[in-house]
Amino acid sequence: MLRFALTLLLFTLAFGVLSSSPVFSDLILAKVDRRIDLTSQIVRITTSLKVENAGSNPISEILLSFPENQAKHLAYLTATLNEGKGKGKASSGAGLPTEVVIPKDVPDSLTFYSVSLHKGLGKGESLLLDVLAVFTHALEPFPEKISQADIQLLLFQDTAHFLSPYKVMVQSVAVKLPEARVESYTKLEGTKLSGSELKYGPFHNIPPFSYLPIIIHFENNQPFAVAEELVREIEISHWGNVQVTEHYNLFHGGAKSKGEFSRLDYQARPYVRGASAFRRLVARLPPRAHSVYYRDEIGNISTSSLWGDSKKTELEIEPRYPLFGGWRTAFTIGYGLPLRDFLFESDGKRFLNFSFGSPINELVIDTLIVKVVLPEGSKDISASVPFPVKQWQETKFSHLDLVGRPVVVLEKNNVVPEHNEHFQVYYKFNSLSMLTEPLMLIFGFFFLFVACIVYMHADLSISKSSASYLAKVQWEEVQATVQQIHNIISHCLTAHDKLEASLRDLSRTGDVQACKATRKSVDSLLKGVSKDLKPLVTFLQSSPQAAHILPKVEELIAKERDLQERLMAKHTTVVDCYEKKLGGREIENRIASNQQKITSLRQEVDDLMEFIDEI
Amino acid sequence: MAASSKPGSPRPPPSSSSSMAQDLFNNFSFSKTLKLKTKQQELLIRVTVLTLIYILAFITRLFSVLRYESMIHEFDPYFNYRTTLYLTKNGFAEFWNWFDSESWYPLGRIIGGTLYPGLMLTAAALYWVLRFLRFAVHIREVCVLTAPFFASNTTLVAYFFGKEIWDSGAGIVAAALIAICPGYISRSVAGSYDNEGVAIFALLLTFYLFVKAVNTGSLAWALASAFGYFYMVSAWGGYVFIINLVPLYVLVLLVTGRYSLRLYVAYNCMYVVGMLLAMQIRFVGFQHVQSGEHMAAMGVFFLMQVFFFLDWVRHLLSDAKLFEAFLRITVTGAVSVGAIALGVGTASGYISPWTGRFYSLLDPTYAKDHIPIIASVSEHQPTAWSSFMFDFHILLILFPAGLYFCFKRLSDATIFIVMYGLTSMYFAGVMVRLILVATPAVCLISAIAVSATVKNLTRLVRSQSQAVQSGSSKGASTAKSSSKGVIDNSQPFQRNGAIFLLLGAFYLLTRYAIHCTWVTSEAYSSPSIVLAARGAHGNRVIFDDYREAYFWLRQNTPPDAKVMSWWDYGYQITAMGNRTVIVDNNTWNNTHIATVGRAMSSYEDEAYEIMRSLDVDYVLVVFGGVTGYSSDDINKFLWMVRIGGGVFPVIKEPDYLVNGEYRVDKGAAPKMLNCLMYKLSYYRFGELTTEYGKPPGFDRARGVEIGNKDIKLEYLEEAFTTQNWIVRIYKVKPPKNRW
Repeated sequence: MLRFALTLLLFTLAFGVLSSSPVFSDLILAKVDRRIDLTSQIVRITTSLKVENAGSNPISEILLSFPENQAKHLAYLTATLNEGKGKGKASSGAGLPTEVVIPKDVPDSLTFYSVSLHKGLGKGESLLLDVLAVFTHALEPFPEKISQADIQLLLFQDTAHFLSPYKVMVQSVAVKLPEARVESYTKLEGTKLSGSELKYGPFHNIPPFSYLPIIIHFENNQPFAVAEELVREIEISHWGNVQVTEHYNLFHGGAKSKGEFSRLDYQARPYVRGASAFRRLVARLPPRAHSVYYRDEIGNISTSSLWGDSKKTELEIEPRYPLFGGWRTAFTIGYGLPLRDFLFESDGKRFLNFSFGSPINELVIDTLIVKVVLPEGSKDISASVPFPVKQWQETKFSHLDLVGRPVVVLEKNNVVPEHNEHFQVYYKFNSLSMLTEPLMLIFGFFFLFVACIVYMHADLSISKSSASYLAKVQWEEVQATVQQIHNIISHCLTAHDKLEASLRDLSRTGDVQACKATRKSVDSLLKGVSKDLKPLVTFLQSSPQAAHILPKVEELIAKERDLQERLMAKHTTVVDCYEKKLGGREIENRIASNQQKITSLRQEVDDLMEFIDEI
Repeated sequence: MAASSKPGSPRPPPSSSSSMAQDLFNNFSFSKTLKLKTKQQELLIRVTVLTLIYILAFITRLFSVLRYESMIHEFDPYFNYRTTLYLTKNGFAEFWNWFDSESWYPLGRIIGGTLYPGLMLTAAALYWVLRFLRFAVHIREVCVLTAPFFASNTTLVAYFFGKEIWDSGAGIVAAALIAICPGYISRSVAGSYDNEGVAIFALLLTFYLFVKAVNTGSLAWALASAFGYFYMVSAWGGYVFIINLVPLYVLVLLVTGRYSLRLYVAYNCMYVVGMLLAMQIRFVGFQHVQSGEHMAAMGVFFLMQVFFFLDWVRHLLSDAKLFEAFLRITVTGAVSVGAIALGVGTASGYISPWTGRFYSLLDPTYAKDHIPIIASVSEHQPTAWSSFMFDFHILLILFPAGLYFCFKRLSDATIFIVMYGLTSMYFAGVMVRLILVATPAVCLISAIAVSATVKNLTRLVRSQSQAVQSGSSKGASTAKSSSKGVIDNSQPFQRNGAIFLLLGAFYLLTRYAIHCTWVTSEAYSSPSIVLAARGAHGNRVIFDDYREAYFWLRQNTPPDAKVMSWWDYGYQITAMGNRTVIVDNNTWNNTHIATVGRAMSSYEDEAYEIMRSLDVDYVLVVFGGVTGYSSDDINKFLWMVRIGGGVFPVIKEPDYLVNGEYRVDKGAAPKMLNCLMYKLSYYRFGELTTEYGKPPGFDRARGVEIGNKDIKLEYLEEAFTTQNWIVRIYKVKPPKNRW
């Protein structure tokens, strides 16, 4: 309270002096209507001015002035021409250019913004100007510390008279409060409090630089969510996705909480014991947002919900705990967006058109850093933002990057929802560069496989003459030989099968000639086989490595030969019998003893084959 | 998937040779290439099956990631994660010399010298490799997936091990069994970023390489096994098992007369090089030559030299009698010298006696009487039968069968696996957590049983089918069929029995796979940080209170605040809350823990003195009375009393019990009703109605109405309580002003 009194005193002094200073220009404000919106933590003052040129020279700029305590909280200022009584917005839509000026002969405690008109205001002419000024941190909690059960009370101070370098003919102020409950307010002549609206004025014929302080002490339990720092990272992938990641560092900017926090009280009556706390935030994401996540440093936060329709996607997030005054939290939300909604092409350049501010409602951001990560290989990068920002470039390394992705960084302090305007980042990018990373992957795997193949086929032994190496080589030779023998024998066996089949055919058709032909071909085949086997067996006999398998192999060959002879004998017998036209029973009797041997031999040979196959 | 691939996988497809036999006049070269292809086909099938097992082992551990999120589980993994983060941020030198002032306040902890760095270095190396390959992964993802990755690698080692001790079929079955065995999964699900995750891999690798070295007598394999041992030492304190099992095995081989030069080379190389390498780990240091637990290895090492020497002498002396005399003298001399050395070493204190943990392994009742802090940990309890069944399922039955097969075909390798299986089974019975160590052995031995049985049965079935095939093909004439009929009639029962048994084995293995999946999904995939329950309507309710509290600490307390809690939550508070703790899960200082236990079990004013002396700013307690969460601080409280009372005799356990019974309701002991832990847990709980139809202050975890509902705090104030009251944080008030 003491500080307030001091400021007030200062102002009164300053303006006491100023009132005698010369008139700034010939402009007169015929009518000033101010509406002060205090319903949230952001103070919005809408002023509609009727400006008249009482002098003779045409005037092309209008000065707006703010006292020091307001100027440092000013986040956003826009002035629009209001042409035509009926329709609200100016023809141009965009606001008139405003800039800070420092005129002569004014005290330092005032900050001036000059609004440049498109065309000068001639003598006797008048225009309507709408000015919107948005302030952050302009509401001061009083008392500064409250307990869990207390409600949050705020102080707001302003002037009842429009602070202006011009003379004001008629003016009035309307203050919109969040709730009807007002602790106290400065009572002036004609002050009216009706519901949650407080009215001052009208005042007539007020001289320039007139300052009449008013103080309103009122209840406000709106969420005071202030992001100390917000880093938004917008990453473009030309494969069709824009990935947005937002890192919030949030605190409750209202009255600090003191004393105990009782979960019992909070759970029992959350809107009484914990009225000033907030537990949820709503973010309005662009339509068709997908893959939304909400997490912090230590993991996913499960308390969030998502709705979507064709116009917007609404994400409601709950921090891990309710935020009381002064409590902080930090979290990250991320989402993907379809590229075609935000990336366009003009004059051979691509540009991203994206909104600047945070999607969370009524959030004050002290420092906002927007990073636009462009694809690797982008060139000629430039950004265009509708308001002044700090700007520089970085590089970021992500998956499969060789030189890094260029990043455009935009930084702005004191950001309010009014800053949610679109900004553009222009760059050039060759579509073929998109293929670099898949190609890199393909080549990576290709070389991996090639390396594997080379490794499998190359002989990496250091010493080619060492005993173990030689033994290995010999063993491989032995294995190959055994394999060959196995193959040959298996061919013999198939030949045997053929013979048996021919015998079956014989019993069915009685075609002796065909049977004999088969026999002939099998004979010649088997003869060749025994010739092939000989060198292989001699090699095995000479090789010391084969000592332990040699008996098995020899047994196999012997058994096979035996089998072969018996089969031949059987074949001969059967064919003979057929030629002699003997009966079936007779034939069977003749070959019966042989047949039993053949079956058992065949069984043994098969077992041996299996054994050798496993070597 | 695993079960179906198991029985069929080890054998090459039988169809190839018969299909090939169609054409008689095929030339040789063509058939040769085809035949080679069959071999390759077998290899291809084996590799495919192994790859599938590799993938299966990985994905079966991902339940928790899919159901919850990619997060670190439990308690110790948070410490590992924190150190890994530090390692990747600050580099190896900083990590190695890290003095952590955030834990064990005001003592601090020399992290680099008091941990097994293997896990962190492994994860960091994986991370760096991925970074180098241009994959921008987060270190957390690497940590979460380290355990499943190593579980996959373990299946490969199990395959080679199985191949070494039995055959490649047993290897594949072993790989499949271990891939999904719940006993191993319990410690290697995604997010379970603990030493055991890589240690089981290292353990099995060391054993495999050592057996390989013994089988081949190759210096290279022995060296590899030494390096495997080094990795194991760097990863887990369980390396003591290796350094005792291997000498025991060598001793058994010596006794059974299986001494060979191969064994000599393998053991000496592995022991000497492994010991020297292990000394490089600061936490282990000179223990290999100074601690009683490692003396067995050294004794066996010297015994090997004596054996070698005797062998040599026998070679020189041709006289048997002379050698006998020499043998007697040498053996007596060697044994007495060894005994004297051991006695002198122990007496002079150069050789440290066995530690309490080691004792408690040999004598399960030791910890309960002497070291309450070991006994208080639930995973150090003796194992119940049910948990054997839970973790091994059919392996428990297959294990003895496998042992039978091993004894039937006794070799150096099977002796090893038998010894490994029997000793680890004993330890698994002593401590629940050591089921983990037994799991690979059980899987390998069971795999031998499965593989041998299935192989025998399929051989039976196949030979029969071949005989029948040939019989039918020849059955054109009736005489043939009659002569054939003798064999056919003699064995149909055998054949059908074999098929039946095969189906039975297949059914059992299928049940095993189903059981494993169920256990993994239901029991072992909960992160225990996030609790899940079913709501009234069957919907899933998540209690994320731990993280709520830790994040509140992280954001809303001064950065240098000291938090006092029971030691269970120490690692989590430092890792997630980023605040200094008084004690944590590294229970190296019993007195410090006892001080905290004493504070918790004292009256508020006494506790305030202790807390002031420890410079405590916040006190954190875990309370399950609202949700019915039973592992809270009130249920752990008796251990606090016991541990506190073990150091400070002012705390007496009977003061907190009524007739030997622990209760919190009206009949509770007065000291219990007014101690700090009780007050902090139940502060203002008496006003809350937790369950419909029950009086206010009804404790759902214990099912009673609390005894002291009017709790006033004088020196502390409630700072934060989570949504479901699971974590409650209190602020220690500053001392009152003097005026």
